[in-house]
Amino acid sequence: MNTFRKHVIQPIIDCWSLIVGLKITGKYFCKPLITVHYPREVIDSENLSTYGGHVELIGKPKDPATPKCISCMMCVTNCPSGCLTVVKSKAPKPTADQEAAWKAAEEAGEKVEKPKAPKNPAKFIYDYTKCSLCGTCIENCPAKSLRFSNNIYWVATSRAEMKIDLLARLKGQAAEVSAPAHAPKSEASAPAEKEA
Amino acid sequence: MSAFVQQLLVLIVAAVAAMIWLGINALVWVYCERKFAGHIQRRPGPFEVGPHGALQPLIDGLKLMGKQLLTPDNADAILYWLAPILSMLPVLLLFLPIPYGPVLTGMDVNLGLLLILAFSSFNGLAVLLAGWSSNNKWGLLGAARAVSQTVAYEIPLLLVVLAVTFMTGTLSLTEITNMQAGHIGNWFIWKQPLAFLIFLVAMFGETNRAPFDLAEAESELTAGFHTEYSSMGFGLFFMAEYGYMVVMCSVCSVLFLGGYHGPFPGVDGWWWMLLKTFALLSFMVWVRWTYPRVRFDQLLNINWKWLLPLATFNLLATALILKL
Repeated sequence: MNTFRKHVIQPIIDCWSLIVGLKITGKYFCKPLITVHYPREVIDSENLSTYGGHVELIGKPKDPATPKCISCMMCVTNCPSGCLTVVKSKAPKPTADQEAAWKAAEEAGEKVEKPKAPKNPAKFIYDYTKCSLCGTCIENCPAKSLRFSNNIYWVATSRAEMKIDLLARLKGQAAEVSAPAHAPKSEASAPAEKEA
Repeated sequence: MSAFVQQLLVLIVAAVAAMIWLGINALVWVYCERKFAGHIQRRPGPFEVGPHGALQPLIDGLKLMGKQLLTPDNADAILYWLAPILSMLPVLLLFLPIPYGPVLTGMDVNLGLLLILAFSSFNGLAVLLAGWSSNNKWGLLGAARAVSQTVAYEIPLLLVVLAVTFMTGTLSLTEITNMQAGHIGNWFIWKQPLAFLIFLVAMFGETNRAPFDLAEAESELTAGFHTEYSSMGFGLFFMAEYGYMVVMCSVCSVLFLGGYHGPFPGVDGWWWMLLKTFALLSFMVWVRWTYPRVRFDQLLNINWKWLLPLATFNLLATALILKL
């Protein structure tokens, strides 16, 4: 009797799941569509904020054109794909007068304070062709200077364009924030043009 | 004009009309299927070509025609190109005996049902030829699956149809339709509910449609029996698939849903037939985008362990009741 139940009755009862499945797809069929027809519509800001695009630099709160980056190279070391290139800034080259002054001071036995190299990177190149968007650079940044951008409509038509100068991009973004009237709608297309 | 010439003319007109009807159906149902699938997944489906993408199937057809016809190396060229034609041609014949309206019947044959069942099995042969002759492992596997599937599912289908013909005593689709005239209560679905369900399931098996599309199982066999076909070779298989779907749904609505008869007296007409057929087709599409593909042993188990005994039981019960 038990086998009869298992092999005959139960399958017939289980057929109800077929109806359940049809009900689910039928319900979804009647729901409104969620596709955004791109050229005619753009994605609303709520959905845009959750989009994780390529990596970008974060500016200092008071000076948005300069990144928080301290050129510690943690991102370069940790990047599994080797897509980041950071060049540290060098100390400003001393003029002849300064050098003479330092020499004189050293000879006099005084302690010379040569200017240190600024912490900001001189170059921050990001090769998007190699990036797998794993976010390791973002996790490892001690200065919290990296994040995923919302640059959803970004397009590149050549490999060279895929190498993004993140410093230039940050400058462009800062300029846009300070003068928003000139770029009313598309945050997306403006940086793309700058990168190109 | 002699009767022979007259009959011949009617037949030619009917055959041309069947071709047009098949072409229109293929276009419309490719579009509807893609739209249906899209909406079930909450996306729009084809949208860019024409208003709401309505011209997409036409453009796809043109694209297919513009492509090169390739014959794979070591393929049996004659059989290879015979297969899509063999798949397509019987479909045209299948439309002839179906009564779409009181006078809208291509060819009123008194063995119409037999003709449809006999010629629809040509598809199995065409699929076998296609898979075997294309010298491709996926093709061969798809063909082997298709044949064991169509042969298996034909048996419950025939038994179910036999049960209906026990009741009607005729194989003419027109007469079967006329026996269901009057009102909705006369439809055979009420007298043969089990047969209707079995027919519905076997219909999916016969037309190689999901969830029984083992013959072309994309995830395992790339495209199954038509892997190697390009251009209109593939196009013909595609059109034939939709053709068989339309034929099967038409036969289903004739056998169980009263054909061109309306649900209440006095409103008979071809529009009912069309409505019922299209409702069944929509159901097929709905099912395709709901259920996952079954495994092959499950497919045959459903047939041999469930459909076949049930169909036999249904046939015996019908015979017994009719005798009493």
